[in-house]
Amino acid sequence: MKMTLGIDIGSTTVKLVVIKEGQVVQTWYERHLSQVRSKTLELIQQAKEQIGGDPFHIAVSGSAGLGVAKAADLPFIQEVFATGEVVKKSVPDTDVVIELGGEDAKIIFFTGGLEERMNGSCAGGTGAFIDQMATLLDVTPGELDELSLRSEKIYTIASRCGVFAKSDIQPLLNQGARKEDIAASIFQAVVDQTITGLAQGRRIEGKVLFLGGPLYYFKGLQRQFVKSLGLTEETAVFPEMGRYAVAIGAALYSQQSGPQLTYDQLVERLQRAATQAPQTRRLTPLFEKEEEYEAFCDRHAKASVPLASLEDYQGDAYLGVDCGSTTTKLVLMAQDGSILYDYYSANKGNPVEIVRRQLETLLPLCQGRITIKASAATGYGEDLIKHAFNIDAGLVETMSHFKAARSFNPKVDFILDIGGQDIKCFKVRNDSIDSIMLNEACSSGCGSFISTFAQSMGYDVEEFAKLGLFSKYPVDLGSRCTVFMNSSVKQAQKEGATVEDISAGISISVVKNAVYKVIRASSAQELGENIVVQGGTFLNDAVLRAFEMELGRPVVRPRIAGLMGAYGAALYARELGLSRSSLITIEQLSQFAHTSKSTVCGLCGNHCNLTVNSFGGGKRYISGNRCERPLGRQQSEPLPNLYRYKLEKIKALVPVEGWRGKIGIPLGLNMLENLPFWFAFFTKLGFEVILSGISTRSMYIKGQFSIPSDTVCYPAKLLHGHIETLLEQGIKNIFYPCMTYNFDEKTGDNHYNCPVVAYYPELLHANVEGLNNVNFIYPHIGIHKRNTFAKKIREELLAFFPELTLRECRQATEAAYEAYEQWMADVKAEGRRAIDIAREMGKKIVVLSGRPYHIDPEINHGIDELISSFGIVVVSEDCVADLVEPAKVQVLNQWTYHARLYNAAKYVCTQPDMQLVQLVSFGCGIDAITTDEVREILESRGKLYTQLKIDEITNLGAVKIRIRSLLEAVNERERNNGV
Amino acid sequence: MASEDRVLFTKQMKKDYTILVPTMLPIHFKLMIHIFREYGYKVELLENAGKNVVDSGLRNVHNDTCYPALLVIGQMIDALESGKYDINKVALLITQTGGGCRASNYINLLRKALKKSGYGHIPVVSLSLGMEKNPGFKITPQMMNRIFYALFYADLLMLLANQCRPYEVHKGETDQLVDRWAERLTQEMKGRGILSYKKVKENYRRILSDFADIARAKQEKVKVGVVGEIYVKFSPLGNNNLEEFLLSEGAEVVVPGLLDFCLYCIYNILMDYKLYGMGRFKVAAFRRVYRMLVRKQGDVIRIIKEQGTFRAPGYFPHTVSLVKGYLSHGVKMGEGWLLTAEMLELIEQGVPNIVCTQPFGCLPNHIVGKGMMRLIKQKNPDSNIVAVDYDPGATKINQENRIKLMLANAAAIAQAKQPQEQSSEKQLQFI
Repeated sequence: MKMTLGIDIGSTTVKLVVIKEGQVVQTWYERHLSQVRSKTLELIQQAKEQIGGDPFHIAVSGSAGLGVAKAADLPFIQEVFATGEVVKKSVPDTDVVIELGGEDAKIIFFTGGLEERMNGSCAGGTGAFIDQMATLLDVTPGELDELSLRSEKIYTIASRCGVFAKSDIQPLLNQGARKEDIAASIFQAVVDQTITGLAQGRRIEGKVLFLGGPLYYFKGLQRQFVKSLGLTEETAVFPEMGRYAVAIGAALYSQQSGPQLTYDQLVERLQRAATQAPQTRRLTPLFEKEEEYEAFCDRHAKASVPLASLEDYQGDAYLGVDCGSTTTKLVLMAQDGSILYDYYSANKGNPVEIVRRQLETLLPLCQGRITIKASAATGYGEDLIKHAFNIDAGLVETMSHFKAARSFNPKVDFILDIGGQDIKCFKVRNDSIDSIMLNEACSSGCGSFISTFAQSMGYDVEEFAKLGLFSKYPVDLGSRCTVFMNSSVKQAQKEGATVEDISAGISISVVKNAVYKVIRASSAQELGENIVVQGGTFLNDAVLRAFEMELGRPVVRPRIAGLMGAYGAALYARELGLSRSSLITIEQLSQFAHTSKSTVCGLCGNHCNLTVNSFGGGKRYISGNRCERPLGRQQSEPLPNLYRYKLEKIKALVPVEGWRGKIGIPLGLNMLENLPFWFAFFTKLGFEVILSGISTRSMYIKGQFSIPSDTVCYPAKLLHGHIETLLEQGIKNIFYPCMTYNFDEKTGDNHYNCPVVAYYPELLHANVEGLNNVNFIYPHIGIHKRNTFAKKIREELLAFFPELTLRECRQATEAAYEAYEQWMADVKAEGRRAIDIAREMGKKIVVLSGRPYHIDPEINHGIDELISSFGIVVVSEDCVADLVEPAKVQVLNQWTYHARLYNAAKYVCTQPDMQLVQLVSFGCGIDAITTDEVREILESRGKLYTQLKIDEITNLGAVKIRIRSLLEAVNERERNNGV
Repeated sequence: MASEDRVLFTKQMKKDYTILVPTMLPIHFKLMIHIFREYGYKVELLENAGKNVVDSGLRNVHNDTCYPALLVIGQMIDALESGKYDINKVALLITQTGGGCRASNYINLLRKALKKSGYGHIPVVSLSLGMEKNPGFKITPQMMNRIFYALFYADLLMLLANQCRPYEVHKGETDQLVDRWAERLTQEMKGRGILSYKKVKENYRRILSDFADIARAKQEKVKVGVVGEIYVKFSPLGNNNLEEFLLSEGAEVVVPGLLDFCLYCIYNILMDYKLYGMGRFKVAAFRRVYRMLVRKQGDVIRIIKEQGTFRAPGYFPHTVSLVKGYLSHGVKMGEGWLLTAEMLELIEQGVPNIVCTQPFGCLPNHIVGKGMMRLIKQKNPDSNIVAVDYDPGATKINQENRIKLMLANAAAIAQAKQPQEQSSEKQLQFI
């Protein structure tokens, strides 16, 4: 009569199994909604009958189980270890186990050295991530799964972490992509994430066992896994009991640990645990007393906007539509600025439908009495809405918010807007926007995080936020990205924090995120005198209160905080001075029918995923395009673009057949600048230089599985694909040198490369299996030492090519340095030419500043073309960096590429028609230093600073907003200065 | 070029300014602080920790900057704001290693943060191999001599303490002995003149025999090595009290000493000459220093072995040779090849269970930490390494859960090596 119990308490569910005589006799599986301890107790009580009166062994496992085990003095077993034990016993011929839980992902390799691994702290959730995405699509997780099975195509969704994926999905939704396709793409993203985040260089092959809740429930997820890993029905196993593997492991383990318990003893211990005092760091409550809250409400009630009655009003009116990332807002404004009608709603995955329904109600009401003179749209879905309903004008959302805030308080000098997905803030000086700060893709998810989190805990967002107002001990959840918050919440739950405490903690965290990460203020004085806060998230009193507490001063929150974008658009519409609006009429509206389908553009190598929206009556709107070509417009002579120029110049290097055979060079990182050097060097030596080619997404996927560190920058990750491409071609000699030092351009304190650029070849050698079968030549070599270079490189190459003479190497060296110098001179000359052309044509110039490898279209995602499409001449930082005396900076200026940035920034400050936009690859640690410094150089001389963070993400929506904001701000400044 | 208009630490300041030093290695820093005091500096070790330090770091440093910078700068500004010090009579000391890693920039980031918080007038002193000079802060040959031996002493004390603490019968005895010796060594190093090496070696022996006298339980504990980025590896503030956690989980902690890092820095200068012909004039001097340090390390190892109770640290020239087949000694940014070498050294010494600590997004660690793990695993199938990221948002529970997994595996590996008694266990059809 041997009985054992196993409990697995994960981040979202509790699982209990009872095992008797080596047989699982019963299982329980329930969501705990963060009531970890009471739910565990409840399950045990449910199992009372099965357990009976005999003593038994028990053990606890799972990410939230540790606290329970400690508090109730029960044996604990680490969950991945538990899984490993159970699989070893039950399915001994398993090669790999993949287990996805609520928030953890785990992998176990059995064959070729046991290795058990969990996702890194940045890898985002899995089950919880799928839940969040389902909420975003306004379906249940089950429906999401069904949708995915009917997919036709897969979109690229960034797979690194949930927040990234979300910012890819949102625009797809707004562009009207099919939900079926998005659903399947979400599952594919989970698969990709597992491969890069967990496999870390080891191949997932052989018999693979899939465990955990999500992999049990979601057929669509199973399908994507099987497909991506190339498995068959025999090799991909989805066991019926997969969800209980950890609990069973715990039960097995319990036999060798601790004394036996009876049912009553266990219940008593759990009851005791459920009442223990919490220990997480706690913060000051938002409100101590009810009266405090009332005073707070009274103060904010004063900030309201005049309302006018839609039923009674006669005259002109203006329509503003703000189609945001998660919500759509609509305002009808009377001539005097009072609000006739407003509407605020979640997008529910289809903003077009929402606006259509609103117009259907609104237009008949206006008929005959109210004339809509003009309309304007703003927000992520601006273009879509504008085309769908013939709206007169569009404006970038930053401008509409600014207009609204200023109409509200003309003295406003600081605006903070926390929306569903963005944090935006701008400082205002001399009646124009002085600096714009937006959150990076990494820390986004602010407002929508609260709502999805509320839903996951079974509350609606308003109710959830209210709970936090009077929390006695708000939990401290830190101030980084939402993924980290999830695990902080988990920790708090483990220690028994209440829903009230968590709610307050989340509000405080969102605020900290804004203050520390986006605004980066060190004191409240820095922000300004007249602070206006807006965006839907600030309608939440807890967030507003937390912000005031963080700043230590009161701020103004307009009553229409959530509508400010739409209100600003309406104000803009009024400024247009139109006599008649082109807005869709009632008759046209009745004909309106919206459908969308997706297709891949084949007009150039970018292969953009296009979404074609049709609105009935032959009206179409295409989105997802990077250039104008698919729209069928005539292309005029393109403006100069140094990124394009440099890329074309590299493409034009054609291999010359050589008597020494072929040598392969991967075209990534610093090679995109140093290539002319090595190309000339090896060509001169008699090698045919074979390049891996310009990066593509599929090339990345090809090498994805051998990436050991998922937080390294995307340009580095691409190298794995480049190497695989060369290997595929059967190249026997691959050359990719380690370069601690770069060329010494004598503009900084030193001339290093960054650690990743310098040593990535070492990492490739250690992780790309195929390199063992070829000559991978990756010497540590210094090109900064011209006089000894020939001798040194010969020493390194002799092992592979023993017949190389010093004379040959000397000649090749000469050719190499000459070619490189000529190349750099060409680039500079082209840069000067571009600037001259711009000035002749009266065009503005953007110095798009990054690293040499940012010319790779897979890295920059066509941002250069996007900027160019606004009628701007794009030059790169290296063309202007030498035009000034080297900049004096406050930091150690020891990297060649980064020194160029500082100098380019300094130069831009001297040129009224130039702006600087900095490209930053996500994960670039060095840019944490350069961005602050470049910003300071620019702002101290009155220029605007714009930073674009790029990663695998292909969504250009956010980039567009930043670029347009920059251009609008510059124009506004010029208008104000009477230019 | 970096601007040179920094605030200098003048001779006048030496008289009445208090120099604040952030903590990293408790034993090492304590010994060194005393030496500075002996030579007329008013020095104080910062021991403030907790929420305020992190918050102050978040406010004052770019949040994507590495965690050590955030903590060190946070700790300093938090101290300045505590009201404990006269902010017109205070200076800050920070180490500066140089090299292509972000870490070389800590001092500049600190200056920027000070300026932003209105403390721009406070002088910052760089403790480095001659990167920045200050008229009021000079390390004389006599001081150097003492700092140098303090390093050897502290490494030895740390090594022995780690081998005693988990087994001590009387709780706290090890730490008391460390404190006693720290005090005694401080007293001995007072006075002028060069220390007698004979005396130093005698001290090594005495220290060894004192530690050998600690009553220790005879039980086998799982040994866990700690490697990683130098600050989070050593500093309890940086690694959420990792050592304490490992001890509480019943492990013996093995941490390679600070001397290895110093030797690594010098070795890199030799490599720069070898690979690139750089620093032709200084290389001879550094070669002499290198040889001398290695010789003295050899002495420590010999003395430990003669005494016979404790495991000796690895001999640096041997450590150097371990990375062959893994990566080149040209990898010299951050902890560079040393980090890989230390993991291999631990495995060789019978400590295959390793926590590789790193600040979230640490650039060199992509290569020498996570980047080498596959190869290490392939060549040493019994190795059991867990990479743990540290940053202000990472939760202790996540870190501890991963370390627990590593510990569970360690126990399983140890068990697998035992002769199997009940290997005929039947296969169960659970899933």
